[in-house]
Amino acid sequence: MITINDTDLKKAELLAKLSIEPEKRERTMAEMEKLFGYVEKLKKVDTTGVEPLAHTSEITKENRFRRDEVTNPDGAEGTLFNAPAKKDGQFVVPKTV
Amino acid sequence: MESKNVEKTAPVKGRPKTAECRRYDTVIGLEVHIELSTKTKIFCGCSTKFGALPNTQTCPVCTGMPGSLPVLNKKVVEYAIALGLATNCRINQRTLFDRKNYFYPDNPQDYQISQLYEPICLDGYLEIAQDEGEKRGSSTASENKTGGGTSTVCKKATKTIRIHEMHMEEDAGKLTHDESEGISLVDYNRSGVPLIEIVSEPDMETAEEVIAYLEKLRMICLYLGISDCKLQEGSMRVDVNLSVKEAGSDILGTRTEMKNLNSFKAITRAIAAERERQIALLESGEKVEQETRRWDDTAGASYSMRSKEDSKDYRYFPEPDVMPVVISDAWIEEIKQRQPEFKEEKAARFEREYGIPAYDADILTQSRHLASLFEETATLSGQPKKTANWFMGELFRIIKETGKEPEEFTFSPKHAADLIVAVEEGKINQAGAKEVFAKVVLEDIEPLSYMEQHGLMSLSDEGALQAAIEEVIAENGAIVEEYRSGKDKVFGFLVGQVMKKTKGKADPGKVNELLKRNL
Ligand SMILES: [Zn+2]
Repeated sequence: MITINDTDLKKAELLAKLSIEPEKRERTMAEMEKLFGYVEKLKKVDTTGVEPLAHTSEITKENRFRRDEVTNPDGAEGTLFNAPAKKDGQFVVPKTV
Repeated sequence: MESKNVEKTAPVKGRPKTAECRRYDTVIGLEVHIELSTKTKIFCGCSTKFGALPNTQTCPVCTGMPGSLPVLNKKVVEYAIALGLATNCRINQRTLFDRKNYFYPDNPQDYQISQLYEPICLDGYLEIAQDEGEKRGSSTASENKTGGGTSTVCKKATKTIRIHEMHMEEDAGKLTHDESEGISLVDYNRSGVPLIEIVSEPDMETAEEVIAYLEKLRMICLYLGISDCKLQEGSMRVDVNLSVKEAGSDILGTRTEMKNLNSFKAITRAIAAERERQIALLESGEKVEQETRRWDDTAGASYSMRSKEDSKDYRYFPEPDVMPVVISDAWIEEIKQRQPEFKEEKAARFEREYGIPAYDADILTQSRHLASLFEETATLSGQPKKTANWFMGELFRIIKETGKEPEEFTFSPKHAADLIVAVEEGKINQAGAKEVFAKVVLEDIEPLSYMEQHGLMSLSDEGALQAAIEEVIAENGAIVEEYRSGKDKVFGFLVGQVMKKTKGKADPGKVNELLKRNL
């Protein structure tokens, strides 16, 4: 059984750019332990002799490609439709530098 | 994200540089991204055309909308295979994509589709020319060359730079920063534009080797027509991984990764500065941190971009939305058959077939397009050496003066050849020919009719010339006497007078000959 401590949670927060509120930390750690426990269980399955399969299409061995031809029209409107903030046809986000 | 603890790369004072050079070796590996010149993005049918209005070349796929599905552009795979073959790589015949997870506004999916576990090309190498003076006994010279070097010009010392792998991936969007409002703006037109990343082994030791490797890689891409490889415009991006180690030691030092290098000059400067910075740290008993640094070319210094705690953890995993790519032997063979003759083979052949100097052959093959213009012109004129002279002299001067790209010159080789033949036949003098040549390469005029229309044809018929010569002799009695009494020097003056009289249209050779006969 894997145990998740506060350091593990802090690392996860950093990577996910999230901050978990103090009162929710205990609960979150318990949920993460459950998740990891599930993966641990999967790891117990004996897979010796089984080739890793990246995709179900590997059964057909057929490539799925697109031709290098422009098929999309001007997409600005759709792309920006749900933007919480926009300016000059661009998304506005908090300053990144 | 960027911490701004400015660590200036202060020049190391008080220590003689020569001593340092003896004590430390530099170890350099490169990660090069090239932006492919496909018409569309890697996973969707959006255009990749440069300079469009923000976000107009976007769709649900390249903006990471839920439920959208990427479909791989076949051309990207073909370009990657072609580049792999040209750099002696092994083609991975079952190649997969992986997700590289990170959060940043330029990355709308919160992951980049890239390749980690099964990249498309593996274990290649490039051979770079090494200056004779730089050749060191210890370096990995070209002993392990596989065939290839059958040409006669391979006398120069070469060094092998190994390529670890090459993978396909998508580019990110573009962020611009609005200082006054304290916001950043995001344009996703570049999001999903195909890239190939070429990862070298740490086989380079000097900035010269780095530049030689990059030039070679760039030339291959240009000849393949898969990218325009412009550092300034970001279609070729170079990250330099550098560490120093005590001379002769087998233990590698801690390396840093340098970003934001926008010119060969910046790369050279950054390598020198980073080497000095690391040596200064070690000399003062400090440690080199493994970190990503950003080069500021105006300041001539680099800054730490990511702190240690923020270290990379991309949690790669296989991309479930893109199917594995199976590359058959037949497909590889087909691409092999289509490979162009690359620069070095071409230069060697030009030397051999056209008898032009190695230097000329090297310059003339720096653009595949110019090389073919040269070859056609040389063949049509039957004057390869003269053609090389015209190209090396006048054409390159015009290219430089106009600031145009070699590809923008689209004149007919027939026109250039006609002019070169006309010059050789004495139909036009050198000054006139230069004027016409410029017209040919810039406007593709038909040279012979142009010469006629503008009165540039030489007076080669002896009658007209004879008349001019007789006039000059009559008008310059005293000087003619001087010549006849043995003063050879005045001959040039008389030739000049004839040229003046014929408005420079006379063929000087002919004038010499006729004048002597008349005197
Ligand atoms: Zn798109």
